[in-house]
Amino acid sequence: MLKDITLGQYFPGTSFLHQLDPRCKIIATLIVIVAIFLAESLPAYGLITVFILACFFISHLPLKLILKSLKPLWVIIILTMGIHVFTTPGTVIWQWGILHITWEGIRQGALMTARLIYLIVFSSLLTYTTSPIVLTDGIEHLLNPFRRIGVPAHELAMMMTIALRFIPTLLEETDRIMKAQTARGANFTSGSIMQRGRNMIPLLVPLFVSAFRRADDLATAMEARCYRGGEGRTRMHELAYTFRDSIAMVIVIGLTAVLVVMRWFV
Amino acid sequence: MSIKLEHVTHTYGLGSPFEKTALHDVSLEIKSGEFVGIIGHTGSGKSTLVQLLNGLLQPTQGTVTVDGTDISQKTKEAMQMRHKVGMVFQYPEYQLFEETIARDIAFGPRNFGLNDDKIEERVREAMEFVGLDYQTYADRSPFRLSGGQMRRVAIAGVIAIHPQYLILDEPSAGLDPAGRREIFAEIQRWHREKNITVILVSHNMDDISRMASRLIVLSQGKICIDGEPLSVFATEQETLHRAGVSVPPVTEVMQYLKQRGLPLEDRVHTVEEAADSIFQCIRGKDHA
Repeated sequence: MLKDITLGQYFPGTSFLHQLDPRCKIIATLIVIVAIFLAESLPAYGLITVFILACFFISHLPLKLILKSLKPLWVIIILTMGIHVFTTPGTVIWQWGILHITWEGIRQGALMTARLIYLIVFSSLLTYTTSPIVLTDGIEHLLNPFRRIGVPAHELAMMMTIALRFIPTLLEETDRIMKAQTARGANFTSGSIMQRGRNMIPLLVPLFVSAFRRADDLATAMEARCYRGGEGRTRMHELAYTFRDSIAMVIVIGLTAVLVVMRWFV
Repeated sequence: MSIKLEHVTHTYGLGSPFEKTALHDVSLEIKSGEFVGIIGHTGSGKSTLVQLLNGLLQPTQGTVTVDGTDISQKTKEAMQMRHKVGMVFQYPEYQLFEETIARDIAFGPRNFGLNDDKIEERVREAMEFVGLDYQTYADRSPFRLSGGQMRRVAIAGVIAIHPQYLILDEPSAGLDPAGRREIFAEIQRWHREKNITVILVSHNMDDISRMASRLIVLSQGKICIDGEPLSVFATEQETLHRAGVSVPPVTEVMQYLKQRGLPLEDRVHTVEEAADSIFQCIRGKDHA
């Protein structure tokens, strides 16, 4: 039931990618996303394909996961393909009424689709190999320099961490309240939409009450341990930038450089 | 008239990497009118077992029947059997939601299709049963009550369904001693007067030995002991210990005294009975 929902997409592991520093992974992902947009020629696309396949190979993730990450976006992928195939001018190879397919359209459509798929696959690689908490940590560190212009980096990260922490708790609570009300004859699964909406009240009211109670308790507990924001706070797990991360960075920057050369200088 | 489990196995998250079997091939019959205490270590399958009893969980294998009706499938009849089996969860006060106490208690009876007169009658009766004055409390908000009072309202909400089988999961957790005593006295009274079956899940062996006529000990998803509490304490200490539960303190003291050679009656339920027994024994000695 509700308990079966897994939080985020994190797939635990100990591969090279899993062990990278989250800051390194976030920046590398951003760079690769830009790099994907740099590719125009077929060899450039080939290079990126090889790179992404290699990344997946060393991440030890099951192939099923890649396909799963594409599932919610297949409509957009097909739409992209369709628009390019039918609207690009060039050598017509098939025509029916106002619809026509061109060689250039097929080529363009295939490349655009590939680009879209690469973007999705590569960014999900980040969330597959990084636990949400570590990811939040990384984001906090990366946002730190922007504190000067008023970005509340620590507060944002703390909010994300707390939200993530309480999702399973609230799911469990929902499950419990649902069962308790079901035992009193409540019905959450049938009836019209209006009826069902009304039937949710016995679930939502206790859930909100308990969420506020938990928030209150948590605030008290944090204050009792002298929490007062990020100023001067140390952490149990310090993020450490290692040799591994440097290797990854060098590879990613090297890839980007090659793509720049391929685009403008070849 | 009974709840019957036949070879029931329940597995959570079947087919996922988090698969966990909470109950292994459990067969059990709870007869009408019994007062059953269920005890077991954390994670022994107590909660899973009681949720199977009223169809909140469906068994992975095996069947659960209530008064002859199979409730292991999600049929209409199975749903209907729910009002025969009332369930008070742990910390039931967290399920309150209505604006007034009376309306919250009326939630169950209304869902089971009673008319307004009948509902009010049930609400009055249930409130009286848990010791809340109808005049004073009916129109108050349940959220303005103390924890103990909220618990009573929640229990009244289940009582108002008039279940023939009443399942209580740790009904006294987090209550002060006075609150515990009152709630248990009410449950015992309900059991006696209405002749309903009570199934009490507890960590507290004391409570169970005082009230239950039958004790079921769960360990690692299996029933390891099923019997009359006092004879279980007398003969099954080894098994109890392995299941991670202990005999009530008063029994422990009495057994110790007997071991040390006092010829006293060690089959006692309460501290008062124990005191009597010791008194009898010592006086007997003096006379001899």
